[in-house]
Amino acid sequence: MNEQTPIAERAEKLQGLGCARKRVEDARFTQGKGNYVDDIKLNGMLFGDFVRSPYGHARIKGIDKEAALAVPGVLAVITAEDLIPLNLHYMPTLAGDVQAVLAHEKVLFQSQEVAFVVATDRYAAADGVELVEVDYEELPVVVDAAKAMAADAPLLREDIKDKDEGAHGPRKHHNHIFYWDAGDLEGTQRALSQAEVVAEESIAYQRVHPCPLETCGCVASMDKVNGKLTVWGTFQAPHAVRTVASLISNIPEHNIRIVSPDIGGGFGNKVGVYPGYICAIVASIVTGQPVKWIEDRIENLSSTAFARDYHMTGKIAATKEGKITGLQCHVLADHGAFDACADPTKFPAGFFHICTGSYDIPVAYVGVDGVYTNKAPGGVAYRCSFRVTEASYFIERMIDVLARKLEMDPAELRMKNFIAREQFPYTSALGWEYDSGNYHTAMAKAMETVGYQALRTEQAANREAFVRGETRSLMGIGVAFFTEIVGAGPVKNCDILGLGMFDSCEIRVHPTGSAIARLGTISQGQGHATTFAQILASEIGLPADRITVEEGDTDTAPYGLGTYGSRSTPVAGAATAMAGRKIRAKAQMIAAYLLEVHDDDLEWEVDRFQVKGNPERFKAMSEIAFAAYNQAIPGIEPGLEAVSYYDPPNMTYPFGAYICVVDVDVDTGVTDIRRFYALDDCGTRINPMVIEGQVHGGLTEALAIAMGQEIRYDEIGNVQGASLMDFFLPTAVETPTWETDHTVTPSPHHPIGAKGVGESPNVGGVPAFSNAVVDAFAHLGLTHTQMPHDHWRVWSVAQDLGLHG
Amino acid sequence: MIPASFDYHRPESLAAAVQLLGSLGEEARAVAGGHSLIPMMKLRMAVPEHLVDLRSIAELKGICIEGRAVSIGAMTTQAEVIASDALAQVCPILRETALQIADPQIRNLGTLGGNVANGDPGNDMPASMQVLDAQFEVAGPEGKRKIAARDFYEAAFFTALGEGEIMTAIHFEAPSASHGYAYEKQKRKIGDYATAAAAVILVMEGGRCSQASIGLTNLSDTPLYAQAASEALVGSSLDPAAIDAAVAAAEAIADPVTDSRGPSHFRRKLAGVMLRRAIASAQNRAA
Amino acid sequence: MSKKAISMTVNGRPVEAPAEPRTLLIHYLREQLDLTGPHIGCDTGHCGACTVDLDGQSVKSCMVFAIQAEGAEVTTIEGLAQPDGRLHALQEAFREHHGLQCGYCTPGMITRAYRLLQENPDPSEQEIRYGISGNLCRCTGYQNIVRAIQAAAQNLNSVPEAAE
Repeated sequence: MNEQTPIAERAEKLQGLGCARKRVEDARFTQGKGNYVDDIKLNGMLFGDFVRSPYGHARIKGIDKEAALAVPGVLAVITAEDLIPLNLHYMPTLAGDVQAVLAHEKVLFQSQEVAFVVATDRYAAADGVELVEVDYEELPVVVDAAKAMAADAPLLREDIKDKDEGAHGPRKHHNHIFYWDAGDLEGTQRALSQAEVVAEESIAYQRVHPCPLETCGCVASMDKVNGKLTVWGTFQAPHAVRTVASLISNIPEHNIRIVSPDIGGGFGNKVGVYPGYICAIVASIVTGQPVKWIEDRIENLSSTAFARDYHMTGKIAATKEGKITGLQCHVLADHGAFDACADPTKFPAGFFHICTGSYDIPVAYVGVDGVYTNKAPGGVAYRCSFRVTEASYFIERMIDVLARKLEMDPAELRMKNFIAREQFPYTSALGWEYDSGNYHTAMAKAMETVGYQALRTEQAANREAFVRGETRSLMGIGVAFFTEIVGAGPVKNCDILGLGMFDSCEIRVHPTGSAIARLGTISQGQGHATTFAQILASEIGLPADRITVEEGDTDTAPYGLGTYGSRSTPVAGAATAMAGRKIRAKAQMIAAYLLEVHDDDLEWEVDRFQVKGNPERFKAMSEIAFAAYNQAIPGIEPGLEAVSYYDPPNMTYPFGAYICVVDVDVDTGVTDIRRFYALDDCGTRINPMVIEGQVHGGLTEALAIAMGQEIRYDEIGNVQGASLMDFFLPTAVETPTWETDHTVTPSPHHPIGAKGVGESPNVGGVPAFSNAVVDAFAHLGLTHTQMPHDHWRVWSVAQDLGLHG
Repeated sequence: MIPASFDYHRPESLAAAVQLLGSLGEEARAVAGGHSLIPMMKLRMAVPEHLVDLRSIAELKGICIEGRAVSIGAMTTQAEVIASDALAQVCPILRETALQIADPQIRNLGTLGGNVANGDPGNDMPASMQVLDAQFEVAGPEGKRKIAARDFYEAAFFTALGEGEIMTAIHFEAPSASHGYAYEKQKRKIGDYATAAAAVILVMEGGRCSQASIGLTNLSDTPLYAQAASEALVGSSLDPAAIDAAVAAAEAIADPVTDSRGPSHFRRKLAGVMLRRAIASAQNRAA
Repeated sequence: MSKKAISMTVNGRPVEAPAEPRTLLIHYLREQLDLTGPHIGCDTGHCGACTVDLDGQSVKSCMVFAIQAEGAEVTTIEGLAQPDGRLHALQEAFREHHGLQCGYCTPGMITRAYRLLQENPDPSEQEIRYGISGNLCRCTGYQNIVRAIQAAAQNLNSVPEAAE
């Protein structure tokens, strides 16, 4: 690049912020050269497989390993008895509870890990699993959170039966975990009692599962000679895994290396620490050989990381004109057999208290009871920030319920109550400080683009035609306006197991003007290697193509809390920009020396420092990099490197307006998503192509949740539908074409103004689908119906409304 | 999910296959496309000691049409059924049915014989076999015999196929050239079994239905031939009363289980809806 | 159960490796031949991540025993590029149109699309959606996959010699 090259052209060549840069990851993935955990093959590698409980609740009276140990290739069968001397039969959870690594004395959910069979290959291990004989005595099962709290409900957690105090305060029942609340109870009750209109609804968000296409797994390898443990695995937070592994194994942290290779989707499933990881590590320590553990799909759906299972009861108060005056919510949260929710320590209900949504609600109160049941543990943020989808679903349904009661258009009611642009930064009744927003503009753009009024006119005509018997299809229009809260988070509020939720970036600029950046996060498909290089390209003026981004190896990457809750861009993206600015600051001093001017006489322009008022005199970043390594510059150390640990001052608050149009066949319950429009505002847009891809994927997951996904248990604790025959993952045929759009309201506190987007479409999508389905029947008096909106549930709505004659 | 060990056999003639199954006894299972059996083996719900693979037996393949007489080798894949224009010419309901089965990859290996012989009430082809009044040809230690599709299914996964017998071919008389047909299936997504499905073939003459034949999928522990429902249409102009009678008769014999597709009462009503739509579609297509 | 040598032609190359009769084709490819492009996603034949081409047809290699493929011609994602390293039009198009994110479904998806375009060189959007309905993707929502396949089809149709 010489001085003749125009600025715009130079900027374009950097492929920095705002560029729809093609992904650097794709070359290996399109050629089958990805490196996922099950692709790892080490000399002498063994394979572990679990014996799992067929019962939801049972006492273990004995385990007979003999027949299994006789299988050729089977080397060991590990049970809780073997882990007790190591004090590893229980492990700490992220939520301050403990979880059985292998069931000790009793099993608490179907599919719980009971024994770990180690063999020379996966076939022999599976044969061994078949032959481990476990003698069970069945116990009464509780799969309903409300029933779990009954006075005479069976005691589930015998290991903590004498603990009156949990990690989050007093326990009021033997199956109770915590009560957590936020807001002004008295004020809210006053608002409700004085209100002109109060709408109430019970809203359940069913148990679902993130179900990434790659299941969880790991390869643990204990090098006994050097005392070093290496674990490759599906970890969304490798550094946190290293710290936890060190704390529970007593292996010093420097002797543990955790590596996340390519990850085949995470969506929250790969945040937690699972018994399989611990067992593989123990097995490797015991055998001195590497041990691989890979769960199959049924194991994945039935044992690792469910999401939601929130049973919410809400009241919303308003004036007759539709001004909201108060909001109250109680949640019965089903956490399964162990409280293994992945939330920041101080927030056992995550950020559920973002549930005042996008609205200026003067007073609110939220209370959450966490409860044990005979179901799998988990409670992860499935493509959302902690419990934000639950919150968004709750408020967006409540707004529609209120709109029906007021006989007001749901879009109009939203417009009437939005936080106004000039109110930002806005402090919500439940204590959050929203950074920026422009809700009215976004909503107006969405309504205009889809032709909202025309759709309502069409709907009125459809309803008349239905009455005349000319059609058996009803049209529904679903509106949702969400505000996300992502980017956990400020260390003063947010930690996981005491680890502050900052994130990090370390940059080394090489002499010839290329660079490597290492981060504490880990991509699971988000394309960090592409987009973080773009942030850096704009900051340091080197082309993105000459910047390698590396993540996931704790021996080389700086400490960070990982990728989930849409925190990578808000936190690690900020760290990247800040580290880049440190590079630039040093580069400025070097350039000043080379140009023989004072630092302050220089200005930055795209890829260079130039002398103010004399742009022909400049030093490009590539020249500066070389000088950093080959010139002795007085007062400046050689080299060009920087590290930034970024503790964000606040979270970011992406938002969006979604409109869904659905046609419901009342005779079959089949729903046809005719149109789905998604307007997202995620602040500054780093790579529009990647953003659009994230929105498509998130909407498809929202479709799956709203229209079919459910991890259900029968009365005796059998998990239903834990395979891809029943668990609804839409194919290309069931998935509609998505329309995307955007506005840009940068975050005022983020170095580049970006807010994060990956999870918004799930958070906003689910209520949009649900509101559309309910809206199709709204004129007949329907205010709410439980998800998922699969064929039989929708048909049942029509049946209950007398539409089948 | 790893299957238990077994010995593998791949005979190249029907005689050899029959002989093998006879000598290996009840621990042997014949495998066609494998898409029903192999998942069961991976779940260890099926643990055969011997697997007799029928894929190399040329005499079990192919579609033969002579006039209105149709014979289809049991090892003919669903993809081959779909691809056969000659078959679609005389009996288009089989293409329509096959297209509703699973997904493209599975239809490449999944066979017509496997789909009808396996006895899974969720399989789609048996209902169409009911409406075609097909004959299943089987070969066993006692030689060959034919079993009417309408007599073949006894309970879920229990059929008239005897010990050591192999399904070899499906024979039927194609319906008259003017017939209308439809296979209406409601499922949750591609790859799913029917929540409810109805197969219909009918012939219209002078505005009156002269022949009608109705089959139902996944609405009982066997595929159903809905005889009373069929008879309710014959002689009618397919007027609302006749269709209501047929639907009532079909619903009366439907006895679906409650599963994750929905409760029994929903699936039974849906059987009626599928049938209504299949009749309408068949009527439209009838010449 | 004892292993025996099973031979077939994979990506144009004759191969032979020991396997039990119960060894699934996907494990034979991944573990005996180190072809780790095809993946395991569901174990029950629903996700299509293990899709390979077997004697000119798309199949799910977790639903086939290796021994059943004895003597067959198998093509995996690793066999789609030209020997000189030039990528297949589909591989290019998936990158160009952002038809992948985590990459886990991608080898199966592209291998399926490869066969789809041989069966139907000029598919409509609807034909593509049905054609890839045996392959699940959790990341992309399929929209960009459909675009990528359309673009590849167009590209292949305009440059006939690039078709294989």
